[in-house]
Amino acid sequence: MKIIKILVIPAIAAVIFFGMQRLLEPKYMSGIYEGRLISEYYGEAISHDVIFLGDCEVYENISPITLWKNYGISSYIRGGPQQLIWQSYYLLEDTLRYEKPSVVVFSVLSMQYNKPQKEGYNRLNIDGMPLTDYKMESAKASAMKDESLLSYVFPLLRYHDRWKELCADDFQYYFSEKKVSVSGFMMRCDVKPVDVIPDGKKLPDYQFGKNSYKYLDMLTKLCKDKGIRLILIKTPSIYPYWYKQWNDQMADYADKTDLTYINCLDLASEIGIDYYTDTYDAGLHLNVYGAEKMGYYLGNILADSVPDRRDNPKYASVWNEKVQVYNWLKATQEREVKEFSKIKTFTY
Amino acid sequence: MYFTSANFLLFFLCTFVGYYTVFRRVQWQFLLMASLVFYAFSGWSNLIYICVTICSTWFAGRQMTRLRIGQEQYLAGIPELSKKGRNTYKAVIKAKLKKWLVLCLLFNLAILAVVKYISFVISSINPLLSVINAQQITSINILLPLGISFYTFQALSYIIDVYRGLESESSLFKFGLFVSFFPQLIQGPISRFDDLKETLYSQHKFDSEEFQAGLARVMWGFFKKLIVADRLITAVMALSDPNGGYGGVYVILNAFFYAITLYADFTGGIDITLGTARMLGVAVKENFSRPFYSVSIADYWRQWHITMGTWFKDYLFYPISASRPMLRLFKWSQKSFGGGFGKRISVYTSTMILWFVTGLWHGAEWHFIVWGLVNGIVIIISKELSPLYARFHKRFRIGDTNGYKAFQIFRTFWLMSFIRIFDVYGSVRLTIKMYLSVIFNFDWTRFITNGPSDLGLDIADYALIAIAVIVMVIAGFTHNNRHMEFTNVKPILRTVLIASMVFAVIIFGIYGFGYDSRQFIYNQF
Amino acid sequence: MDELLKILTNMYPDVDFKTHKALIYQGVLDSFDIVSLIAEIDDVFGIRIPPLEIMPENFNSADALYTLITRLSESEV
Repeated sequence: MKIIKILVIPAIAAVIFFGMQRLLEPKYMSGIYEGRLISEYYGEAISHDVIFLGDCEVYENISPITLWKNYGISSYIRGGPQQLIWQSYYLLEDTLRYEKPSVVVFSVLSMQYNKPQKEGYNRLNIDGMPLTDYKMESAKASAMKDESLLSYVFPLLRYHDRWKELCADDFQYYFSEKKVSVSGFMMRCDVKPVDVIPDGKKLPDYQFGKNSYKYLDMLTKLCKDKGIRLILIKTPSIYPYWYKQWNDQMADYADKTDLTYINCLDLASEIGIDYYTDTYDAGLHLNVYGAEKMGYYLGNILADSVPDRRDNPKYASVWNEKVQVYNWLKATQEREVKEFSKIKTFTY
Repeated sequence: MYFTSANFLLFFLCTFVGYYTVFRRVQWQFLLMASLVFYAFSGWSNLIYICVTICSTWFAGRQMTRLRIGQEQYLAGIPELSKKGRNTYKAVIKAKLKKWLVLCLLFNLAILAVVKYISFVISSINPLLSVINAQQITSINILLPLGISFYTFQALSYIIDVYRGLESESSLFKFGLFVSFFPQLIQGPISRFDDLKETLYSQHKFDSEEFQAGLARVMWGFFKKLIVADRLITAVMALSDPNGGYGGVYVILNAFFYAITLYADFTGGIDITLGTARMLGVAVKENFSRPFYSVSIADYWRQWHITMGTWFKDYLFYPISASRPMLRLFKWSQKSFGGGFGKRISVYTSTMILWFVTGLWHGAEWHFIVWGLVNGIVIIISKELSPLYARFHKRFRIGDTNGYKAFQIFRTFWLMSFIRIFDVYGSVRLTIKMYLSVIFNFDWTRFITNGPSDLGLDIADYALIAIAVIVMVIAGFTHNNRHMEFTNVKPILRTVLIASMVFAVIIFGIYGFGYDSRQFIYNQF
Repeated sequence: MDELLKILTNMYPDVDFKTHKALIYQGVLDSFDIVSLIAEIDDVFGIRIPPLEIMPENFNSADALYTLITRLSESEV
């Protein structure tokens, strides 16, 4: 009787706790879809030869489908909104638990952030990771003042307040959510041209912070140790402004450490980016048309170091499915843009 | 380290486990260590203050006991001494005892006065100095050591009790634990040594019943504090903003909200204190009965912050009233004004002194003093009116009906709520302005169009608070907060009740990122 | 004793102080009344009740109070 009491009561309590936790966690099925990006990776059935790391400049600006269709490159974008460099680092550590890519492409825009920025973005980048040391390290490195690490272990402690905001989504997607990305890529088919290209506002200091460099060093070392080729990239988004001084620092760093650094802003015309048609928000992010052009461009560079997997039936079947979804989503969004002049479908 | 912080939960868990396992043979010593660690979290320098108070009070206590033992031995040695001789000797010793008492009181009150009141005194004197064109005094800002008003008063009650005959504690460390016992260090209750010594120093075996009762009490405290107080305080702060323009009907709303907030916050904190102490096997005295069911202001003060009330009664009100000047005043006023009102003048004088000091104890600001005096005045007025009430009751005979009692409760609640808002507006001038706005500028239209919707809380918040308050009302209806320890219900039901409170607090509590879990309102005193 | 009863009855004419044994516990006398009593006793008997004697047991009944007064007058220091 006593044994039953000791076992049953905590078990019931745990069921209620985790049940509540699941209910109150944000589902990211309307409004902010980006919260799903990190966790979607863990359902992948195949491995990837290229992993992209970074913020919106990777998950909006590069189409893995183009890489597959034209070069047979199996890739995944492990991006998240305003992903900070230490988050990228620990995300790679975490990824290496499952697979070993040949190439890692890191978007260097996040070098500008030497310190944690916003709790909300931390959540979008970290919550989706399974509970490992890497997750906790990432949370520790990212935590703002007053943030509790315990709430990364038990998200209920963070999201309990959502009892007020519970909506149909929370029940509808209780057991599983829809997907928001194709291989980590978030599609946008609408167009909003760039109208002005402003000068960057003057900064007091253009030197990237010590902390940023610390993690860039760690990233470089990790890739070297594992025999992974690391490519630093600045994708061709016009905002936030990419300063010449920043560019020079990255070029220097790549020189010193023997890495490839590609500044796509300078290469925009070579890549074929047309800022009238290839961005959906006047230059902040590329739309799918721009992302596909980036796919072509990067495919050319990556093809040397990455095998073509198109003949491998396992890869082919998974990727064909992705291509189908991609095509359907693209067609749907294009139709919606035509009919309603806005996109309604972001998930599948 | 606040009770609602994750740090405290961790600290308590470690203390609790250590207390019943590794350190079970040295429990009180371990508690002392834990208390000092707890206090050190509020700043290392604060440890100096409390240690000075502990050492000085303990030493004075020992000296008094030494004198008493000396007296007994001396008198026992010469049984042939005449009664007069004995009395003379006793008087000499008594004078010496008094010297130690006064020394100890003055020393510790001086510390309190310097850290708590110096800047208030300076800022009150400076306007006077400017009138006579004298040099202004630069104000000194000393960080107020946490809970100093509480532990100082606890130490003082000890030394006065020793003077009155209590045996002093021989162990400095045991006495140190009495003053610094961490559950009650920050916000009371102000315990008596006599009440606490048995339970504090004895060995305690882990007892599942006690543990569950304590846990339930702690959760009830969290419930009130995190679900009600920390939520509703948002609205109180908005309403109390001098630039918010919330006058008229909103003052009434604020008085109501603040009554709920302060009750939930303060009694919740005390629940956590009593619950944690109980989990450690220590029985601390209750500090609240059911204040919002009281029928008069005097009744209210017998049920609210009881240990403070009895402290002031026993160590201030009675001694003043029984002092020679006051007895002389009694004789004089009786002669001058006759046997009715004249007899009461001295009592009223003591009452006003009592409330002046009570106000000052709460904080070194004028609005606290005015708040205290208003309490005293209202009590005196109700005393003066009592013959009138008596006549009224004789004629109408409704005094015992439930309806009349409900009226009394209602009246006392609102009277207290309106006196209490001195605290919330934080300035005498603003409070008076707000009182006047209730009379002259009621502002119905704004309230009817907006209601309480623009105070930072939404409808869900209000609904939640309403439900929680109903739970609080029901809990208080039959019993005081002790009821919420669930000692009289079936074990399985108790488990369910405790678990429900845990989940309610986890989900509906205000904590975590985006919220600064607010300090207990009473911490600052 | 009669004098004491007179003082008490003066305060509360309706209470039978001869038999009542729980004046404090049942809330017949509050702290105001106790203080008034102390002043009256000082006035009538010339006896000052020290603060440490002000406890419920000494004020719960007229008897107890009278015992206190007698004790104090005998051992007056």
